Amino acid sequence: MANSAPMISSNTGVAAKLGKAIGAALIDTVEAYGEISFIVERKKLATVLEKLREKHEYQQLMEIAGVDYPDRPERFEVCYHLLSLTKNHRIRVKVTTDEDNPVPSVTHIWEVAGWLEREVFDMYGVLFDGNTDLRRILTDYGFQGHPFRKDFPLTGYVEMRYSEEDKRVVYEPVKLAQDFRSFDFMSPWEGADYILPGDEKVGGEAPPPTPKTTGKKSETGAGAKADKAAAKPSKRKTAATKKPAPKRTKSGTQKKGEGK
Amino acid sequence: MADYLDEMDRIADEADPTVGDLEIQNFTINFGPQHPAAHGVLRMVMELDGEVVERVDPHVGLLHRGTEKLIEHKTYLQALPYFDRLDYCSPLAMEHSYVLAIEKLLDLEVPLRGQYLRVLFAELTRICNHMLNIGAHVMDVGAMTPNIWVFEIREQCLEFFERASGARMHSAWFRPGGVHQDVPLKLLTDIADWLDEFPKLFNDAMSLVVDNRIFKQRNVDIATVSQDDAIRWGFSGPVLRGSGVAWDLRKSQPYDVYDRMDFEVPVGTKGDCYDRFMVRVEEVKQSARIMRQCLNEMPDGPVASADRKIVPPKRAEMKQSMEALIHHFKLYTEGFHVPAGEVYVATESPKGEFGVYLVSDGTNKPYRCKIRPTAFSHLQAMDFMTKGHMLPDATAILGAIDVVFGECDR
Repeated sequence: MANSAPMISSNTGVAAKLGKAIGAALIDTVEAYGEISFIVERKKLATVLEKLREKHEYQQLMEIAGVDYPDRPERFEVCYHLLSLTKNHRIRVKVTTDEDNPVPSVTHIWEVAGWLEREVFDMYGVLFDGNTDLRRILTDYGFQGHPFRKDFPLTGYVEMRYSEEDKRVVYEPVKLAQDFRSFDFMSPWEGADYILPGDEKVGGEAPPPTPKTTGKKSETGAGAKADKAAAKPSKRKTAATKKPAPKRTKSGTQKKGEGK
Repeated sequence: MADYLDEMDRIADEADPTVGDLEIQNFTINFGPQHPAAHGVLRMVMELDGEVVERVDPHVGLLHRGTEKLIEHKTYLQALPYFDRLDYCSPLAMEHSYVLAIEKLLDLEVPLRGQYLRVLFAELTRICNHMLNIGAHVMDVGAMTPNIWVFEIREQCLEFFERASGARMHSAWFRPGGVHQDVPLKLLTDIADWLDEFPKLFNDAMSLVVDNRIFKQRNVDIATVSQDDAIRWGFSGPVLRGSGVAWDLRKSQPYDVYDRMDFEVPVGTKGDCYDRFMVRVEEVKQSARIMRQCLNEMPDGPVASADRKIVPPKRAEMKQSMEALIHHFKLYTEGFHVPAGEVYVATESPKGEFGVYLVSDGTNKPYRCKIRPTAFSHLQAMDFMTKGHMLPDATAILGAIDVVFGECDR
């Protein structure tokens, strides 16, 4: 391998061996980037993890990570990262779930799972069946919603400040001084998922937003003239043209009080 | 006397039912969130029976900034400085896991000099972090002088960071593909001189505490954790090694050039606070040893990968070459795209296993970046470690597990 990421023991044969051990609960095995992931049935998660710990020396549960894929029928993925201190190996066990179906808790296998499950619950709203202390952990007291879901806005819904009038901290709806901007750098050459104008000519669909066309003057959106006075020709200009040129005498410009 | 015995048996006199408080209630106190020994914003609801702690419920999250969510909205390079702000006592160690995770997804090779520089500065970070923790731990249990002395060493470390990256703490110096800039030769020679000098001051400071009677009374046999417990509670780093498990990711799962380094992994024997402290003291010496090897063996050459689709060109090159200008512009606006996939990369940060679970969907932004903080599992065990100990022991236990809330709360 060219990269210098941490090296673990060889994966050779591990996926097949552990896949056999997991048995009927195994849905899929993915081996990529030198890491093995087992996707297992949600209901049998606890027995699978217990077997991996007792029979296959994966002693430590290092991490439980939630991931949100809103397009999938079961949108949440809960990933358990196991570490074997004796075999010097890491594997990942995944289950999928949604807002309503709880994942069996593994707090009876590893005490450390308690807070890790609380965190996934707090951030994604995944329920854990059997965790007796499923409180929020990272968000504020009285927080509502699950902030790491993909449909939760980055700016949130509530902001907090110290109110000098009330002499306490107050919560208010978020007011942005400027719209939150998010740029996508999708390049039309690298597969942007929207259709560009002109693409319909090569057999694609027509681009959805048709540009606005103006047939009549009233459709321009310009409206009536804002000011009647503005419609009149400028007075100053006409006055300037009517102004007579100063009279000239032979002796030059005639001055007041001069002459006879 | 008979009345007194009745009272003890909770037999109240019918005529005079109020005989005082027979039921002794447990006392619940708030430790923190503003407490100098809480090492940041930690609130612990403690239930005390006299001065003996019955139950601890740590409330974390007071410093939660939603780093993982913010990272999902930034390009891979823009997300890097967030890692400095996780564990702000060991910023470069935090970056290390992240850049290795990106490199693993890209399968990007880092030039040897870049790898040596990373290891050199990761170990300098370890010394820097342990100086803070050792000093703070010592101060938590009552000693003042060693803290001030080791802070002098920490200050010297921070000056080296400043000379390498321009920033004392939030360096953002490790980049995907290597490091941002090469270091001047004078910096390397100065570090070499410093490596000969600082152990004197450090040993002086430690001689004040390691055999000190008061320090030992406060730490020996406090919060003893067995090997099995340490493993089940997900401990890592010096706290795990303090319990006698010889597990160091630098040794067992080497990354960068750690496989070329010759160093020892100190372990404790009893798993108490004193062992955890002594493991850190020994680790400082081992880090210095690794740094010396780095300085001796470091080759010349580029410090970052020459892959211009990932590593931006230097400014001087950009002024001369049109190609470099385009790469520079594209990498600092759009950033690079990372192939779809997921990796979990964990390194040995000064506090333990710091992991990054990076999920990429093939775009220029991470789809999900889950950070595995070290303090989370250690702090969760506060209840089980503190139970049955006295209230002042809680500060010693907290000092010995080395928590920083930037990382714990993310």
